[in-house]
Amino acid sequence: MRKVNLVVVGAGPAGLSASIEAAKHGVKALVLDENHKPGGQLFKQIHKFFGSEQQMAGTRGYEIGTKLLNLAKEYGVEIKLNNRVIGIDDHNTLAIIDNHKYSEIRAKKIILCCGATEKPLAFPGWTLPGVMGAGAAQTLVNIHRVVPGEKIIMVGSGNVGLIVTYHLLQAGVKVKAIIDASHKITGYGVHAAKIKRAGIPIILRYTVNRAMGTNQVEKVELIQVDKSFNKIPCTQISFDVDTICLAVGLSPSTELARMIGCKLYYHPKLGGYIPMVNQYMQTTIEDIYAAGDMTGIEEASIAMEEGRLAGLACAISLGYISDNAQSQKALENIRSNLSQLRMGNGKGGIING
Amino acid sequence: MRVIHHPILNENRQNKKITFYLDGEAIEAMEGDTIASALLANGRKVCRYTRKNNEPRGIFCSIGRCNDCLVTVNGIPNVCSCVTPVKDGMNIKIQKGNGEWEALT
Repeated sequence: MRKVNLVVVGAGPAGLSASIEAAKHGVKALVLDENHKPGGQLFKQIHKFFGSEQQMAGTRGYEIGTKLLNLAKEYGVEIKLNNRVIGIDDHNTLAIIDNHKYSEIRAKKIILCCGATEKPLAFPGWTLPGVMGAGAAQTLVNIHRVVPGEKIIMVGSGNVGLIVTYHLLQAGVKVKAIIDASHKITGYGVHAAKIKRAGIPIILRYTVNRAMGTNQVEKVELIQVDKSFNKIPCTQISFDVDTICLAVGLSPSTELARMIGCKLYYHPKLGGYIPMVNQYMQTTIEDIYAAGDMTGIEEASIAMEEGRLAGLACAISLGYISDNAQSQKALENIRSNLSQLRMGNGKGGIING
Repeated sequence: MRVIHHPILNENRQNKKITFYLDGEAIEAMEGDTIASALLANGRKVCRYTRKNNEPRGIFCSIGRCNDCLVTVNGIPNVCSCVTPVKDGMNIKIQKGNGEWEALT
């Protein structure tokens, strides 16, 4: 069995940053990712990121992805693609499906950067082809360069709903409307303003009552809700649509952490159950660390800083850097970046999709 | 509909055309397409029909997590169409229920 010092699960913003940071200090990091391309969801983010310049704000997501991949290459990080981690035992042995074949790797330290999955919204007809996550629509237009449909309605006015609506517009499809059960737009004002300028209506206090169609979505029926989100009878309106995009939030992908027995706790603002981590991004199991969206839904810029923190902490704990005032200061620097990024929003300020 | 011109991304230069077979019917795709995006570009939204109620299912997450878009590829069922690149000459079947392992028979 192959033995390594550090395995990072997931080659998204958190995982790449963690492996680069560890490799900078001499730890040979091995990154495993189930996809056939690295970068996680960064390459479909074609808009400029917020934050400070230090955290690559003003740079488009896919450019950040390319930068991280170049850095990983420069520092000799090994990335194995088509490698799905299906389990981890008590002795840090990872069970892996490596290109359809089973294999095992043992690691001294493991950093889990499994990301998140889009939340669905259940309503009659929600399983019809044409009902999809907003992120799915974003992947289709920005990566695969195919539009999900011609007549689209977006459910959710959070940042994901607003940004994906704009990405669809850039790809040549004008979304018919954005709806939200909330009484106010939940995403950033700057994003909402762009949508309004494009003439796309944002309909508040409405939810989906049902989707109709035989083999795929043909129509959506909306219904008004009151302040407690109860449906108000006889307020249905319907639209002819072929696609319903759901931007109703993300859930942290905690399966591996759960399986190994890391303690989880419930944090509704961060997306649900998340592993408990300390100031080193270490879980309740000594050799297991976690970073990025799986420790709470925030932004990619935060995921990158969390990844760096975990990577540095592993380098210290593996003895590649001595645990002295200097290394503590380096950790403190990353923590201060994190609190700066979270300022104004509070932890988990951006959660509504 | 394919996205050709884009204000941010590069022009979607026409990649090499390939042909795959959907339930025996020849369909054109472009190199680099996933099975799901090739189906969608050809206006096909249904990937499979469910086992119990024979209900249609299509793309839901598009990143290989939800397993809604399963198809049978070259006799192997339950292949996630949204993350599997389409290849020239591939035999794809809209999956019925759990599908069948034709590759083994």
